[in-house]
Amino acid sequence: MSERIVKLIIDGKEIFAKPTDTILKAAIDNGIQIPTLCYLEGLTPHGGCRLCVVEVKGNPKLMTSCTTPVSNNMEIITNSPKLIKYRKQIIELLLAERIHTCSVCIANGSCELQELASKFGVDHTNVSRNWERFELDMSHERFVLDHNRCILCTRCIRVCDEIEGVHTLDIKRRGKDSMIIVDLDEPWSASYSCTSCGKCSAVCPVGAIYVKGKPLSETKRKELPKFITERRRR
Amino acid sequence: MTTSATSLDKRLILVDKTIAVHGNRRDALLEILHTAHNVYGFLDKKILLHISEKLRIPPSQVYGVATFYNYFKLKKPGSHSVTFCLGTACYVKGVEEILSALEKEFNVKRGETSSDGKLSLFVTRCVGACAMAPNVIVDDEMIGKATKEVVLERIRKILESERVEA
Ligand code: SF4
Ligand code: SF4
Ligand code: FES
Repeated sequence: MSERIVKLIIDGKEIFAKPTDTILKAAIDNGIQIPTLCYLEGLTPHGGCRLCVVEVKGNPKLMTSCTTPVSNNMEIITNSPKLIKYRKQIIELLLAERIHTCSVCIANGSCELQELASKFGVDHTNVSRNWERFELDMSHERFVLDHNRCILCTRCIRVCDEIEGVHTLDIKRRGKDSMIIVDLDEPWSASYSCTSCGKCSAVCPVGAIYVKGKPLSETKRKELPKFITERRRR
Repeated sequence: MTTSATSLDKRLILVDKTIAVHGNRRDALLEILHTAHNVYGFLDKKILLHISEKLRIPPSQVYGVATFYNYFKLKKPGSHSVTFCLGTACYVKGVEEILSALEKEFNVKRGETSSDGKLSLFVTRCVGACAMAPNVIVDDEMIGKATKEVVLERIRKILESERVEA
């Protein structure tokens, strides 16, 4: 039998959590903020962006708090000069990978990447920019898919699969060639599985999937997956 | 036309057999993609959709897996293929120069097939022969310490001999 409750220490604070909780959940439940990007409450954690890394005492590796379960007597640090350095580097790399010119982006002002960059004071990148230009998919009558802004967080894929239940979206190829696809890499308008529900545009943290002709501040709904899953039969 | 249609069906039967052997299990996707790739020589959208339906895996996910592996070709390859190793050693030893030279001379881009269907250019990551870098594979033959001249000459010869035979 596993214990019903575990005791751990986060940032010097004694905390109780369920053994099935992740470090991130335990932290949030106790008012401790850890920066996240690919994580979205209500969706299966992906562990891809690495922004939520924390130090676990006795473990030389940094752990992603959104995917690592708590265990008894764990001692966790969520904020340190080392962690801040890594988080800044991650943000820089994300900004350098695709074309992130905030001033002309549809998401300017309602973008989670932009918010994080300003919070961490990342106003330039020390790595050289990749910035290959990709064609936009504007074929869908309501939505636009702009690969140039995509950070491959997979939120759209997960919401489409887990909440809407159709799994229209996925990622093709790998590494730097990874890209979001619709069905068998079709133009969005040719999709046979998409129900045009718009959930993908509601959760995209940046300006990569958006509704035509509407400001992003009106169409973004980060709480949607949480709201639905909390009221769904398990 | 009828013959090609029948042989196509035969190939599909082979794919379906593999699917049945694995009891339509989703986690056998890779095995099944391998079988389909072996019998067809590449994976087109029709066969990917078929596999998607049989294994009950969404099409985009099947496509994602098929494109994750460089090994799988999604387009019909040309009658001859040249594969360039873009691993670190080969890259440093100038494989890119050979690749660009071929692209230019035969008017075909990497990952694609010439309009006459004769020649395909593929790139891959590390073939595991770094000591011989740069490595280029022409059809089934590996050319180590390759140079632009040697590779160009080899392909010109292959294409030339075919023209003579025809
Ligand atoms: S609109 Fe809905 S169904 Fe279509 S891709 Fe987006 S989440 Fe999936
Ligand atoms: S389109 Fe948006 S939600 Fe989907 S992976 Fe890219 S950034 Fe994430
Ligand atoms: S939020 Fe944990 S890895 Fe992205």
